[in-house]
Amino acid sequence: MENGKPFIDIKNVCKSYRRGSLVIPVLGNISFDIRRGEFLALMGPSGSGKSTLLNLIAGIDKPDRGTITIDGIDITKLSETELAHWRAANVGFIFQFYNLIPVLTAFENVELPLLLTSLSKKQRQEHVAFALKMVNLDDRMDHYPGQLSGGQQQLVAIARAFVTDPAILVADEPTGDLDRVSADEVLSLMGRLNSELGKTIIMVTHDPRAAQKARLIKQLEKGQMNAKCQVDI
Amino acid sequence: MLNVRLIFKNAFRSKLRSTLTVAGIALAIIAFGFLRTVVDAWYAGVEASSASRLVTRNSISLIFPLPISYKEKIRQVEGVDKVSYGNWFGGIYIEEKNFFANFAVEPKSYLELYPEYILSEEHKMAFLKDRKGAVAGQNLVERFAWKVGDTITLKGTIYPGNWEFVLRGVYKGRDKSTDESQFFFHWDYLNEIMKKIASVRADQVGFYLIGVKDPTLAVSVSEKIDRMFKNSLAETLTETERSFQLSFIHMTEAILIVIQVVSLIVIIIILAVTANTMAMSVRERLSEFAVLKTIGFGGGHITMMIFGESLIIAVIGCVIGIVCTFPAADIFASEMSNYFPVFVVTKETIYLDIAASLFIGVISAVFPSLRAVRVQIAENLMRVR
Repeated sequence: MENGKPFIDIKNVCKSYRRGSLVIPVLGNISFDIRRGEFLALMGPSGSGKSTLLNLIAGIDKPDRGTITIDGIDITKLSETELAHWRAANVGFIFQFYNLIPVLTAFENVELPLLLTSLSKKQRQEHVAFALKMVNLDDRMDHYPGQLSGGQQQLVAIARAFVTDPAILVADEPTGDLDRVSADEVLSLMGRLNSELGKTIIMVTHDPRAAQKARLIKQLEKGQMNAKCQVDI
Repeated sequence: MLNVRLIFKNAFRSKLRSTLTVAGIALAIIAFGFLRTVVDAWYAGVEASSASRLVTRNSISLIFPLPISYKEKIRQVEGVDKVSYGNWFGGIYIEEKNFFANFAVEPKSYLELYPEYILSEEHKMAFLKDRKGAVAGQNLVERFAWKVGDTITLKGTIYPGNWEFVLRGVYKGRDKSTDESQFFFHWDYLNEIMKKIASVRADQVGFYLIGVKDPTLAVSVSEKIDRMFKNSLAETLTETERSFQLSFIHMTEAILIVIQVVSLIVIIIILAVTANTMAMSVRERLSEFAVLKTIGFGGGHITMMIFGESLIIAVIGCVIGIVCTFPAADIFASEMSNYFPVFVVTKETIYLDIAASLFIGVISAVFPSLRAVRVQIAENLMRVR
């Protein structure tokens, strides 16, 4: 908490999807808050609504009802364009399948979000170099994603996520496609980003080992937060 | 800069598909440029016509002659500067496939009226002095490997018999649009022979060529000439050289319309091919667009990228097409010089090529970019899973 207010405040959020005439409820009246600098793991079985909740917090989807206030801004009220700008400034994304642009080198992939900033080319290069050094891939900056291992690709994706210095990092199954050694490396890096750079991290995972790296674990079941399963580590 | 690099890299992500599309656009541009040049070639006579030259012919039809006695009367019309005359000879050189235009003309006034036919003074004097002399265009001379002094025999079709001429001069065109494949000789030579073999056809001309003092007088001079011969045995129709040439083109207008329609169809076909390439390329990358949108790239950025890719493919195809059009046109021109004596790829055709390729590039990107901009992030990120 900062000045007594939560950094991320989720209130009465509901979300459902339509499949033709069928309405499928995914999240039902979810309310909770997250402190600045938190490392939260969202767990739960498939279809419990974890990824949907992550998307709502990250501003890439909108709830049917409820509010999501992040650092004093109710992002549910923002237009698509405003949300795009907000995401560019405040959120870094880490995906399960890395989602790097295959025709760009590691350096260029990390530089991509910086194109939306007002930084000069030299400043961008400095930021990218720092991010790649942080993930220990400064010697692979000219490699294309296809020339990197899965773990290395995910590290590049993490570098891309934090290169703009966003306050929040959201990760959807970041270790889901990695072997154990690479997964440990990725989780260790996320831990450092949280502890050393103070990033607020929200991670969706099935993997209890991955969740153990978080400081707080929340369980979702059938679109509801399971209060009994909240674990403070 | 990264944006530009990304656009270039994406444009050729599927190398085979993009290369084939570029090749298709290049071929379409060559075909389009070619067909436009054929249309231009059709109009070459019109383009080469002078605003200060009039043509007077029999008002019934061009195949009916006018008496030579009209010459002096026409000369006296106010505003007339020079008068020449001639007949379409229609002779065949060895065999019919060697077709070229050949005329019997009054040589001195004809050359004065056509300053665009550049003839050396030596050739000109030799031609004027020799009653059996003839002058041919540079293209024609090269086509049949003639030399000055050669005897050229034409088989008459309208005027029976074999007609011998001595090549006394070779003219070159002053302008690109000047036809260098004509052959002309002394009208007096034709008339003398006709007096001997068919006297009723002597002293008659197929057309008068009139030079007016001022192009603005063309209409009034035409009216005066036609009025002068009203109710005579051979009424006249006088028009500008341009109108005269256009009247020939109107006879073949249907062919020209077909050529123009085909040239448009070529562009529409390649537009469909390019649009398909872009649609496939975007469909394969919907999750990437979702990622870009997630990172914060807006609709404007994504639209710019897709339009950029489409335009790169179209412009590369266009450049290759234009570069190849010139040698292809040269080969065509040399092979078909008897049908298209003036076959020049004009600047206007190149501008049309560029406009067509930009049109292809822009239109092909419209629907794919709409689709990419409307990508639902959450839905398309799930596709990757």
